[in-house]
Amino acid sequence: MSLSLLILIVLALGVAGYALARARVTAQANGDRRRLHSLIGYYGHTVFLFATVPALLLLGAWLLLQPVVIDGRVSSMLQPGDIPEGGSLSLVMSDVRRIANGLDTLVAQGQLTEAALTTLRTETADVRGQLGSVGIALGSDVQTNVLEAAKAYRGQQGTAQAVMAAVVLLASVLGLALSYKRLSPDFRARNVFESFVKALLIASSMVAVLTTFGILFSMLFESIHFFQLYPAKEFFFSLTWNPQFRGGSSLGIWPLLWGTLYVSFVALLVAVPIGLMIAIYLSEYASKRLRTFAKPAIEILAGIPTIVYGLFALITVGPFLRDYFAQPLGLGTSSSSVMTAGLVMGIMLIPFVSSLSDDIISAVPQSLRDGSFGLGATQSETIRKVVFPAALPGIVGAVLLAASRAIGETMIVVMGAGAAAKLGLNPFEAMTTITVKIVSQLTGDTEFASPETLVAFALGMMLFFFTLALNVIALIVVRKYREQYE
Amino acid sequence: MTDANAQAPRTSLFAPDARTARRNNSEARFRLFGLISVTIGLAALVMLLSSVLFNGTSSFRQTMLELPVTLDAKVLDKKGNRNPDDLAKVTTIGYGRLISDALDKAITDNGIVVDGLTSKDVKDMISKEAPAQIRGRVLANPDLIGQTVSFQVLANGRIDGYMKGRVTLETAERDSNVSVNQLHLADALHEKGLLDMPFNWLFITAPDASELRPEAAGLGVAILGSAYMMIIVLVLSLPIGVAASIYLEEFAPQNRITDLIEVNISNLAAVPSIVFGILGLAVFINFVGLPQSAPIVGALVLTLMTLPTIIIATRAALKAVPPSIREAALGVGASKMQSIFHHVLPLAMPGILTGAIIGLAQALGETAPLLLIGMVAFVRDYPGAPPEGFFDPAAALPVQVYNWTQRADPAFVERASGAIIVLLIFLVIMNFVAILLRRRFERRW
Amino acid sequence: MDDLRIVERDVNTHTNKITARGVDVFYGGSHAIKGVDVDILDNTVTAFIGPSGCGKSTFLRCLNRMNDTIDICRVKGEILLDGENIYNPKVDPVQLRAKVGMVFQKPNPFPKSIYDNVAYGPKIHGLTRNKAELDEVVETSLRKAAIWNEVKDRLQAPGTGLSGGQQQRLCIARAIATSPEVLLMDEPCSALDPIATAQVEELIDELRAQFSVVIVTHSMQQAARVSQRTAFFHLGNLVEYGETGQIFTAPKDPRTESYITGRIG
Repeated sequence: MSLSLLILIVLALGVAGYALARARVTAQANGDRRRLHSLIGYYGHTVFLFATVPALLLLGAWLLLQPVVIDGRVSSMLQPGDIPEGGSLSLVMSDVRRIANGLDTLVAQGQLTEAALTTLRTETADVRGQLGSVGIALGSDVQTNVLEAAKAYRGQQGTAQAVMAAVVLLASVLGLALSYKRLSPDFRARNVFESFVKALLIASSMVAVLTTFGILFSMLFESIHFFQLYPAKEFFFSLTWNPQFRGGSSLGIWPLLWGTLYVSFVALLVAVPIGLMIAIYLSEYASKRLRTFAKPAIEILAGIPTIVYGLFALITVGPFLRDYFAQPLGLGTSSSSVMTAGLVMGIMLIPFVSSLSDDIISAVPQSLRDGSFGLGATQSETIRKVVFPAALPGIVGAVLLAASRAIGETMIVVMGAGAAAKLGLNPFEAMTTITVKIVSQLTGDTEFASPETLVAFALGMMLFFFTLALNVIALIVVRKYREQYE
Repeated sequence: MTDANAQAPRTSLFAPDARTARRNNSEARFRLFGLISVTIGLAALVMLLSSVLFNGTSSFRQTMLELPVTLDAKVLDKKGNRNPDDLAKVTTIGYGRLISDALDKAITDNGIVVDGLTSKDVKDMISKEAPAQIRGRVLANPDLIGQTVSFQVLANGRIDGYMKGRVTLETAERDSNVSVNQLHLADALHEKGLLDMPFNWLFITAPDASELRPEAAGLGVAILGSAYMMIIVLVLSLPIGVAASIYLEEFAPQNRITDLIEVNISNLAAVPSIVFGILGLAVFINFVGLPQSAPIVGALVLTLMTLPTIIIATRAALKAVPPSIREAALGVGASKMQSIFHHVLPLAMPGILTGAIIGLAQALGETAPLLLIGMVAFVRDYPGAPPEGFFDPAAALPVQVYNWTQRADPAFVERASGAIIVLLIFLVIMNFVAILLRRRFERRW
Repeated sequence: MDDLRIVERDVNTHTNKITARGVDVFYGGSHAIKGVDVDILDNTVTAFIGPSGCGKSTFLRCLNRMNDTIDICRVKGEILLDGENIYNPKVDPVQLRAKVGMVFQKPNPFPKSIYDNVAYGPKIHGLTRNKAELDEVVETSLRKAAIWNEVKDRLQAPGTGLSGGQQQRLCIARAIATSPEVLLMDEPCSALDPIATAQVEELIDELRAQFSVVIVTHSMQQAARVSQRTAFFHLGNLVEYGETGQIFTAPKDPRTESYITGRIG
């Protein structure tokens, strides 16, 4: 039974429950709706919810857990000898899944009957060739145990699907029947319905918490996995980054961290002064006409996707810097460089800094400005010596937020900074960042269970904690600052 | 102790004062810095947009050859029975010959003479994609066989580049993929009206093409994939986001758990997007086992990213509804839930929708997390109809841009910029709708 | 220090410090001040009284061109400081405000140290040549503002940490540190408690020895206590102006009388 059909049936049951509930309470109240505790709709809604929501939740949980359970059971069928030299269980399991899919396709195309499948043996048939004909290319011949595991996997999946459909439908019918039985004119349908809705509201708000846990656990597990394969000491203290296809990689984080910080530093060097001056000029000096035009125009920069900035770095800024600065000055010949990425990222951050500082500067009370003007200070003296120091904590918070953006930014550095992991000072040289390496390690062809791929999770973990710390500090600073003037 | 200042001689207000002049100069300087900064900001915007437009507008026109092609039955249907299975056995090589014959004929018919033109030159004028396109049309409509039909076929990418000024006679001399003779031939064909640059519908509808055929690469699969993702993101993030906001804004008690949720939401809003990609890879693909490159996975990741935006906007909108409305509803005996769903929520709806659209616009342009969940894969097949199509491999607009920038042929730079123009058009439309909504329904209490 | 106070000058001087003629102020479309003529004497405390919204604060802010910082505000007519029109284009408001200091309704110390608060004016105007002189100006100003004894041990502490009354006296010290000729005070006691108010009022009385003081106040008692001359504003008009005693005991205009007796306000 396909998933969408199952969902449709559950929904249909819900609708039927709605109609039944209305009919039943109407009959119980002898058609007099005033005798009901709640509006008649609530009786229907309640039955609808009981018939659908638990069933659908069950369905979701089942879909989430089924692969885990089946994987566990099937992988126990494999012997240690089935795992090739240098491979891992998870790789063999992915083969098992692919073979199972291939067998499905073969059966669906009629090339293989169910009966033939049960007697299919690696010794007697060219399983690899047959699978190849339906687009499942395997690196080596299929081993007996692997094929058996694949068959078991296929079988269990089929069974699991059937059981799932049955359980979900049962849950739906049960929900419908139980809630239907409780119906009576005195049944507090509105209260029940509202409690149910409230539970849904709470569940929705827990999604954010779940997401954070998801992020933490997914990175934590794979990072632990990584540190089992690769010494943590090397990762945190090695100064070289040199992943190899065939083992023996050096995966030190320092060159990446250096590149990240260098690019972010250049970006902040561009964004902070310009953004700050834009905020000051637009809030303190600009005419109303300029402000109504320039403010949204600069905010457009914030709405442009980073891929556009990446392309800008790649095709315009990079070649420009190379031809007019790096090469004449003899500083390098690469169009992707720290400078390219930093400059473009700086542009991206300008509206971020300017709108945050704008808020902060306008939070400085007018009375301070008046006090300064009253003493005969010029506007710039007032801004530099009174407004700016008063707003400083908030501006520091804004800069920290911008820094966390810069550190986590991906597309601009992927397209503008380059891929060479280096600990250099020349800003016109290509360097690489944590985010670039996360992308390249996870989109490359290396095996998933190798340290070269798993390192991306450790890098992601570092990135997550780094930006989290910056954000938390920034939020605390800004909040303190706000309280000062409230 | 003496008071030095009190004894200072009184100066006239009209008297020029060197120090004040200096201070006023520094004031003017400061102002100038501000003006320069604003100018830099605006100039950056202009440069960014003009760089994209300058490089990308040409991708909306494509060099095509207008050729009457004789669909010879002897070649295309040797058995003469119009059996679809037999027709399908004729490969693109067979069609390719028909097209180059047609071009040969057109050249002689129009009396075009280019010195030193080889037959390979003529054959290579046509895109390698063109035979496949004609084959597709013939298979869809076998009645065409035996007729002479006028087709618009794609010209080779280098010829297209020449027509757009990217390839010149000088670069052609050094280029092994195109000869100077071909460029002369292109000029001659253009003069005779056989070679033209109509609007490039294929760019918007066609799927991606291989590295060697930039002229045929289109955004069809990417647009469809992005559209699928946006549908799912909207369907998931709007109800969940609104429900979460209602709980937090209207029901949540002041306690530890509420604090935890609030802190989580504000932190999620600042988590780098790539981290969400890692989450998608680890949870949705490796743990749950959803297929790679599928819109459903991309959409789930983008939903989680969009939720904080929607929640923040919705809470602001709910907060803006004055308490008097709630009190009025409660006062006539409505339950709290009724007062919210019947009165507060409808009044907050414009603000919520505006926030949702802005969140969607952000999600539409997001690239990094999609790279990690395999949407960089080369996908030529359109995903099926929803809901099953949500699980088929597809591309996404911003990822397609990234994909094209990673290819060697400079023609892909034009395509990538063109794709960005398409992306920006969508974003402009979405933001415009958001502004319109706000203008139309904004209420001041 | 005492040598500054021993010369009690004649309070009944008749030298005009500020002369305003036909002053009109417009806020966007509304006409906030209507043709006001007034002479403010040197070494005198002049009080502006009137119901709220009558334009007394607006007029006060014209006297040192603080209204320039509001975009929509336009001033017509002439205001002479020692015979020089302060709205003359040649006049730089920055220079003017050094001569005409201002103290605001709410104490607004900068979020800096007490010392830096007072030193701010002398520093920006370049009134001192070295640190020693600056120290001296700060001390003098704090003494004149009658707050020296309370803060002399914690000059580096933030000014925002003082009590309300102390903050306001700090603001007065800050204003007199640039040695202005006129001191404008916009309801300087409205945010203070009675004890702090008494301290500030006492201070104002002492200040008039050196400055021409103009004070806007809501409280008629305060006007009566501190001022020698009083101007009554009503709906943007200057209704009556004269000796404080005469205004409070024998007002000529019926509107003044109604206000004094509490019928409008």
